Amino acid sequence: MISKQDVEHVALLARLELNEEEKELYTRQLNKILDAARALQELNTDGVPPTAHVLPIQNVFREDRVGEHIDPEKALANAPDREENFFKVPKIV
Amino acid sequence: MTQSYEAVIGIEVHVELKTNTKIFCNSTTEFGGDPNHHTCPVCLGLPGTLPVLNKKVVEYAVRAGLALNCKIANFSKFDRKNYYYPDLPKNYQISQYDLPIAEHGYLDIEVDGQTKRIGITRLHMEEDAGKLVHQGNIVTTPYSLVDYNRTGVPLIEIVSEPDMRSPEEARAYVEKLKAVIQYTGVSDCRMEEGSLRCDVNVSVRPVGQREFGTKTEIKNLNSFRALQRAVAFEIERQIGVLESGGKVIQETRTWDEARGITVSMRSKEQAHDYRYFPDPDLVPLVLDNQWIEFIRESLPELPDQRRARYIREYGLPEYDASILTLTKEMSDYFEEVIQHYHTPKAVSNWMMGEMARLLNAGGMDITRCKIKPTQLAELLKLIDKGTISGKIAKTVFEEMFASGKDPEAIVKEKGLVQISDEGALAAVVDEVIAANPKSVQDYRGGKTQAIGFLVGQVMKATRGKANPDLVNKLLKEKLQ
Repeated sequence: MISKQDVEHVALLARLELNEEEKELYTRQLNKILDAARALQELNTDGVPPTAHVLPIQNVFREDRVGEHIDPEKALANAPDREENFFKVPKIV
Repeated sequence: MTQSYEAVIGIEVHVELKTNTKIFCNSTTEFGGDPNHHTCPVCLGLPGTLPVLNKKVVEYAVRAGLALNCKIANFSKFDRKNYYYPDLPKNYQISQYDLPIAEHGYLDIEVDGQTKRIGITRLHMEEDAGKLVHQGNIVTTPYSLVDYNRTGVPLIEIVSEPDMRSPEEARAYVEKLKAVIQYTGVSDCRMEEGSLRCDVNVSVRPVGQREFGTKTEIKNLNSFRALQRAVAFEIERQIGVLESGGKVIQETRTWDEARGITVSMRSKEQAHDYRYFPDPDLVPLVLDNQWIEFIRESLPELPDQRRARYIREYGLPEYDASILTLTKEMSDYFEEVIQHYHTPKAVSNWMMGEMARLLNAGGMDITRCKIKPTQLAELLKLIDKGTISGKIAKTVFEEMFASGKDPEAIVKEKGLVQISDEGALAAVVDEVIAANPKSVQDYRGGKTQAIGFLVGQVMKATRGKANPDLVNKLLKEKLQ
């Protein structure tokens, strides 16, 4: 069971600001999602290895060669604020 | 009776790998550079980009893991570690959670002549975060500036078991770890530049208690000295808290070098919820044993092997061998000198004596020593040939250390050639005998140690240039 406190905790971690109504709504909805997922728990998974990836691919590599860098103007184009070539952010301790 | 306490210390070390490019994109890893110039859409975390693993990173991580006696995983994967902080543009760091590339290793350290085995829990690959530049200090800054050049630089994180019990052991562990990693060539391990960073977990408990006490984590340790001091301070601080009836709070503390204390940064309780999950953008890593063994065979000589060889082949005492192999730079320097000089012990004496003294006095490491290995070898040959005395050699060494000049040039320039001409010395010896009747009388009366004073007077008169063996011989003859 997901409690309202769980929703508040996850919202905080995700930096989401929720009002009371939304907290109630999401608590109900998340519980329904977990209920649906719970159906999967019924399956017998003895002998099935845990899934690390959904595609049957492994070992995709890149060689260690330097490529092109982005133009710093482009890199900073979406920055809410900048100072010279730095991204400027509120202080966070 | 007062309770005695025992410290329990575990260390996490982050090491930047010396690859050309970042772990998941082809931006350069070059140190420094103008802010945000070493970036691309992948390491900036722009939507729609996909990370692709740098093969060299895997090779280096395996190399480091093997050098630390770890078991390399045949199957490992990458996970997302989620947290919001502006040094991380994606709001998650790609790391390895439950299936790291290497586990179950160890490192043998020596403290006070005792060998102790420190367990290594795991070694995993991850991406570095960006650099935050604060105006003034982190608490009073009005805002922060972010440079993503370092974002995505490959790191390995090496986590020890909580096996250390003293600040000395903690330091010895990181020193040894640094040496081993440097020998493998996968990182420069420069603490001052941040290519080796350590976080130390410290707790204390009453002697005899099995359970661990509450731990704190210390950050911002950028030298071995800082590490040792910070751990010593933190142990005393925690004992003080317990003794006064208080409780240690689990938190992250930062080392304040200027004040010599640790300071609380933030409470850790909530920050711990990283909600790891497998990164769907990266496929699993499957390493076959053949490739792992291939890398094992390509490992260079490691510090312990090199130390054993110094004892076996060069006949060095264990102490010398340990000091000389402590850093790769020191050891490589020694190896080069003995390519040009036949007596390893003499080289060791000079390196551990005069050179170490001058380096320490200047707060330098051997990479900044102006004396080239071949020049040290030349100096030793000058002593062997009798061109200069051992005493004068120290003066020459100091001059070489200061200027980087060749020893022959210094000897010529300053007229330091040893006087080994019997005729020239005999006159000085006669003068000294005439001027010191008291000592002469003492010597002749059986106080043989009085000769030392007379030798000293001859050396003084020749400003240290007389050949001491010859002076001894002449004095003895003349005082018969």
